[in-house]
Amino acid sequence: MKNSSVIQKLINAPYILWSVLFVIAPLIMVIYYAFTDRTGAFTLDNVKSIGDYLSTFILSVGYGAVATLICLIIAYPFAYFLAHTGASFQRMSVMLVMLPMWMSFLIRTYSWMTILGDSGVINSFLGRFGIEPLSMLNTPGAVILGMVYNFLPYMILPIYTVMAKMDGSLIEAAQDLGCGKLHCVKKVILPLSVPGIVSGITMVFVPSVSTFYITQKLGGGQINLIGDVIEGQFQTANNYNLGAALSLLLMVMILICLGVLGYFTDSEDEGGVLI
Amino acid sequence: MTKTSALSKLYIALVFIFLYAPMAVMTVFSFNGSDSTYIMDGVSLQWYQRLFNDSMTMNALKNTVILAVVSALISTLLGSAAAVGIYNMKNKYLKSSVMTVTNIPMMNPEIVTGISMMLLFVFAGVMLNRKNVLGFATILIAHITFQLPYVILSVLPKLRQSDPSVFEAAQDLGCHPAKAFFKAVLPQIRSGIVAGAIMAFTLSLDDFIISYFTNGPDFQTLPIHIFSMTKKRVKPDMYALSTLIFAVIFILLVLMNIAQSKSDQKQRKQREERV
Repeated sequence: MKNSSVIQKLINAPYILWSVLFVIAPLIMVIYYAFTDRTGAFTLDNVKSIGDYLSTFILSVGYGAVATLICLIIAYPFAYFLAHTGASFQRMSVMLVMLPMWMSFLIRTYSWMTILGDSGVINSFLGRFGIEPLSMLNTPGAVILGMVYNFLPYMILPIYTVMAKMDGSLIEAAQDLGCGKLHCVKKVILPLSVPGIVSGITMVFVPSVSTFYITQKLGGGQINLIGDVIEGQFQTANNYNLGAALSLLLMVMILICLGVLGYFTDSEDEGGVLI
Repeated sequence: MTKTSALSKLYIALVFIFLYAPMAVMTVFSFNGSDSTYIMDGVSLQWYQRLFNDSMTMNALKNTVILAVVSALISTLLGSAAAVGIYNMKNKYLKSSVMTVTNIPMMNPEIVTGISMMLLFVFAGVMLNRKNVLGFATILIAHITFQLPYVILSVLPKLRQSDPSVFEAAQDLGCHPAKAFFKAVLPQIRSGIVAGAIMAFTLSLDDFIISYFTNGPDFQTLPIHIFSMTKKRVKPDMYALSTLIFAVIFILLVLMNIAQSKSDQKQRKQREERV
């Protein structure tokens, strides 16, 4: 027995060491940089100047929330319909939903410029009917579209997983007991799919709030979200300390959002629904 | 009933058109005769030719594959061992705190993970008095770190499903614990390990944000290379590259799907024969 506990420690040690070095230590570094200046002396200046970026934070949360909501509205019926098709069609469709996730999201985002641009695919199509080109690029709509497009699979997959596992007899029972179709969705299907919805919302909201590439390309640099500001501090302004303070706030804000979201769902077994 | 199912098929089709529109555009424009990504001007294969003669892109592709293979190997080994360790942990408090730390890289926005690791490396560089710390080693560490949770979370459920009495029986029959593990436990969790490895590999191939903050000038991966290309006006060669990647992934997925449905049919037949 003693022998096995030594083995146990030997198995655990490398991973625990790795987590301390490369998960916990980096987070401590963020806090350290957030509360120091360039010379390494303690300061509260970075935290104070966060106030200047408060409107950016609010704007980012707004964009993230709208994109998440649209994803949910598109994904929910999709997942529901898909779960009621034939087995081989379902399998192929799930693969087709996952496929874009394996391709460079940079290029996929960039190709929307080809579609939406002033002389792009849509406008040259409209031009044939004599319609004036619409300027769609560099608008809030284009940024939202980029977010929805990029993160939609992350909403579809967890909801679909829940729908596919759902016990059909529950729905039949509800119908036998005189439940109308809409009422059945509200009373049976929706409550049962909450875990999928919650993990979908998390998986879309977090990357949407913190994105910087989508805003740069489809927003043309006119819409600055918090991701852009943080990226700028690290890659161009070289103010690591302010960047760290903003990252810290972003992290805390997202943890609060996740906490609120978790509050609405009963605690499931660890990990929850993962794809 | 048929009416609603036709409508639902139409809805599914529309969502797929949305998901695949950029891919279609990208494929068409990769055969463009001119260097525009907006207006088609004849058909040619010149961009594919240029792609293979572009040493920068080919080098980035090579780097990406090397990084993905090495990081997936290490994270699979480390993560599988960690999963076994976590599964066997007796101390509940320790177990839940290790699981919380494991979840951090999955919950944090990628930009924060990337920045926190960059700060750690920069800080270590200052301590060690070295200027250019960012390079292959740092990007490798970063990739292993963000892959580990995915490996652990795909191995853990398999361990929970596995039958512990097999391990005990092997030991009772005189197997050394290590041998008993490889003979009795490993075969039961193999599918989880393989799934984790594939996940780790594909995550590494496609990662941009974390790589962006932890890479050095002498080790550029494909997403980083694509990012610097999309800063300028993109030529169709990037579309040609993505079309090729898309084709490879698509063929792999279709083959996997065919293999899957064949093995399903076989199982069904065997079951019918038994009956």
